[in-house]
Amino acid sequence: MADEAIVNASGTDTPAVHDGSGGEDGVRRRDFINIAAVSFAGVGGLAVLVPLVSQMAPSADVLAESSTEIDISQIAPGQAIKAVFRKQPVFVRNLTPTEISEADKVPVSSLRDPQTLEERTKPGKTNWLITMGVCTHLGCVPLGAGEGEVKGEFGGYFCPCHGSVYDTAARIRKGPAPKNLEVPPYEFTSDTVVKIG
Amino acid sequence: MSFPWAKEYKPSHPLMQWLDEKLPLPRFVYNAVGAGYPVPRNLNYMWNFGILAGVCLMLQIVTGVVLAMHYAANSGVAFDSVEHIMRDVNWGWMLRYAHANGASAFFVVVYIHIFRGFFYSSYKPPREMIWLLGVTIFLLMMATAFMGYVLPWGQMSFWGAKVITGLFSAIPVVGTPLQQWLLGGFAPDNAALNRFFSLHFLLPFVILGVVILHIWALHIPGSSNPTGVEVKSESDTVPFHPYYTAKDGFGLGVFAILYCTMLFFLPNALGHPDNYIQANPLSTPAHIVPEWYFWPFYAILRAFTADFLFIPAKLMGVLAMFSAILVWFFLPWLDTSPVRSGHYRPLFRKFFYLLVIDVLVLGYCGGSPAETKYVLISQIAATYYFLHFLVILPIVASIEKPAPLPFSITQAVLGKDDQTAPAA
Amino acid sequence: MVRLFGPLVGLFFAVALLWSFGVGAIQAIREPEPATAVQKFHLAPHEPEPGFSFNGPFGKFDRAQLQRGFQVYKEVCSNCHSLHFVAFRDLAALGYSEAEVKAIAKDWSNKAKVTDPKTGDETQRDNVPADHFPKVYYAGTGNPPDLSLVTKARHEGPEYVYSLLTGYQDQPAELLKEFPDSKTPDGLYYNPYFANLNIAMPAPLADDQVTYGDGTKATKQQMAADVAAFLTWTAEPKMEKRKQTGWAVLGFLLAATVLAYLAKRNIWAKVH
Repeated sequence: MADEAIVNASGTDTPAVHDGSGGEDGVRRRDFINIAAVSFAGVGGLAVLVPLVSQMAPSADVLAESSTEIDISQIAPGQAIKAVFRKQPVFVRNLTPTEISEADKVPVSSLRDPQTLEERTKPGKTNWLITMGVCTHLGCVPLGAGEGEVKGEFGGYFCPCHGSVYDTAARIRKGPAPKNLEVPPYEFTSDTVVKIG
Repeated sequence: MSFPWAKEYKPSHPLMQWLDEKLPLPRFVYNAVGAGYPVPRNLNYMWNFGILAGVCLMLQIVTGVVLAMHYAANSGVAFDSVEHIMRDVNWGWMLRYAHANGASAFFVVVYIHIFRGFFYSSYKPPREMIWLLGVTIFLLMMATAFMGYVLPWGQMSFWGAKVITGLFSAIPVVGTPLQQWLLGGFAPDNAALNRFFSLHFLLPFVILGVVILHIWALHIPGSSNPTGVEVKSESDTVPFHPYYTAKDGFGLGVFAILYCTMLFFLPNALGHPDNYIQANPLSTPAHIVPEWYFWPFYAILRAFTADFLFIPAKLMGVLAMFSAILVWFFLPWLDTSPVRSGHYRPLFRKFFYLLVIDVLVLGYCGGSPAETKYVLISQIAATYYFLHFLVILPIVASIEKPAPLPFSITQAVLGKDDQTAPAA
Repeated sequence: MVRLFGPLVGLFFAVALLWSFGVGAIQAIREPEPATAVQKFHLAPHEPEPGFSFNGPFGKFDRAQLQRGFQVYKEVCSNCHSLHFVAFRDLAALGYSEAEVKAIAKDWSNKAKVTDPKTGDETQRDNVPADHFPKVYYAGTGNPPDLSLVTKARHEGPEYVYSLLTGYQDQPAELLKEFPDSKTPDGLYYNPYFANLNIAMPAPLADDQVTYGDGTKATKQQMAADVAAFLTWTAEPKMEKRKQTGWAVLGFLLAATVLAYLAKRNIWAKVH
């Protein structure tokens, strides 16, 4: 369409043409104006897309809720809680010394996603395992954080959707998931409060 | 479907050839708004408003679909969700102002389009169907705009819904059950809000469908023109593209400047402050007024203050308000003058300008508080409104002596036409 | 058919309208609507001297003024009026740092209400930046409106807020003389900028009611102007971005339209 506008505008094949215009230069200048006008329309059309596309990105209120503070004082060793971080579950688990040593026993090189428990926790707080409760396979919530839930054969978490099994450091050991449960950015603001995000 | 000299679509690119064979969509566009559609060469800027109305419809659909991604049609949170759009959604404020002012822009454009039709008698044969479809579009637009205005669930939304659905209660016997059925309750609430949202989303696509029929019907006789003389030969026309695409492009630019000035600098000028107060069923605003585009009809509604014969005033108002639009459906048969264009109809022209003033007066009164002076003025103005369409137009058509018409469009434009005997 | 019935319908409506007109006109002459105190004594709102910085197509908020206005809201208005559509995080736009916003939220005396999911008990906690200003519940007479949108919910909103806050006065003697029935009822206060002249809110501002951190003298007019500016921001926080975007868009459209005009003239040059 746009091309035709330019062809026609240069006066080649329109009816009822009384061509009183000058030579080549005149034609070129007029072509230029038509091209420029059509280009402006194109740029304007693209600019309109910017708000239409970006309105779908997270809004200010969603972004404002991108950090969560959790009170961990009530979690006894061997227990875990589910909290919500960015509208997704996060597992905060107080590991027992047995669970820690079990995790440390595993040769790192044998793992699918090699990481030590120390790398996945904060120094001096190795017993606090904080991970997203989102299976790295397809995003289901693994079992094992709630009371009485199946922890799987490695004592960590078990995802019922497709059978991924995580160990006591929430590392993937068996099943289709490619990665260990993700450790979100967090810090201890005090001994009993942890701020995630 | 078109004049014999209309150019045929000849795709040059092999891809377009291939597509044209399988699905002649390029051919369709070419014949609809391309070089394959010959259009009278003398269309003035009044003929820009059809395309502009189409642009407004698309603008409303696009911004509306996007707003619906963030809006929540629940009377508990609707107002909050609109403020969420205004404050938190990326570019949400712009999208909402674009939609709200887009509705006004749409009506400005359509009113000019309609009054162009009045002046040039675009409704006359062979274009009655285009006109009938056009009036249908206008009715659908009014319904859509009314329901859209309810969605923010502000005070005017709520009381507008209450008053307008209250009109149905004027109908004898079935009125009150009908009103309750429309609202899904005894007063506007969640049920009404939800169905209004659903219909507000649906109707624009119905409008789009009728618009397609409107344009289809237009392409059968082709566009009318300011002389009202039908196209006689090829020299009377130019191809739509590039001539009218270029002219419409310029018109669109002017429109966009005016529209964006409103959108970015006076976004609330056409709205009512009370709609920034959340709906409160226990407190009525001091003056309930609809949006400006309903004012003339609202004035007609309010003009009936006394019972007439055995008919209650309220019912008369409702009947008259609907009749004020329905009368347009009968225009092609009320105005029987053989001459179309107001340029050649001296008497008609005077009454046309009187009608324009009359509708502006009605609009002013409709937007004013219900004080006696405004009601009295709108009674006179509404009287003229009905007389104009139903009495004056038929009489003018029979007594008027029209000015001489040009032989052809070409003669009107160039002062001579080779087809004619010596030019006048 | 249409030409037979059309005029009849037209005449029917015309006669009905003229009947209404006649009835109304006679009534208007017999019993003219009496003038009301509101018609005679209500005043249109006006701007403070020297005007608001945010008015006009190039207008911008004055950040220092917004902060002062927020202080007035916090220390005076927030006792009765909600600001529910605004979140604490939004205050960053007034020039407060992240830590300051957090402190404002934490120290806000009206705490966030939460329901304990185990017991169902209503408890409260400190506000966080992501929270909206908690709703204020008011037990006294009157319904203090939420102020988030008040400047958009009144004609000439910012001017209205300013005029109302500075407009308290004794009821004029002429008013009482002319309309003896219109005496301001007990518990209400005369204010010519309020729609019905009698407002339930007592005059909220007095000179030096707050102490501004930036040394600005807290006259009644100054505080009223500051809080009006603040409430303009709460109602339209995107105003500056809107105007900026508007100028960019208009500049582009102007250029595009000039080009479109030239292109149109080129194309039509051949047929005129």
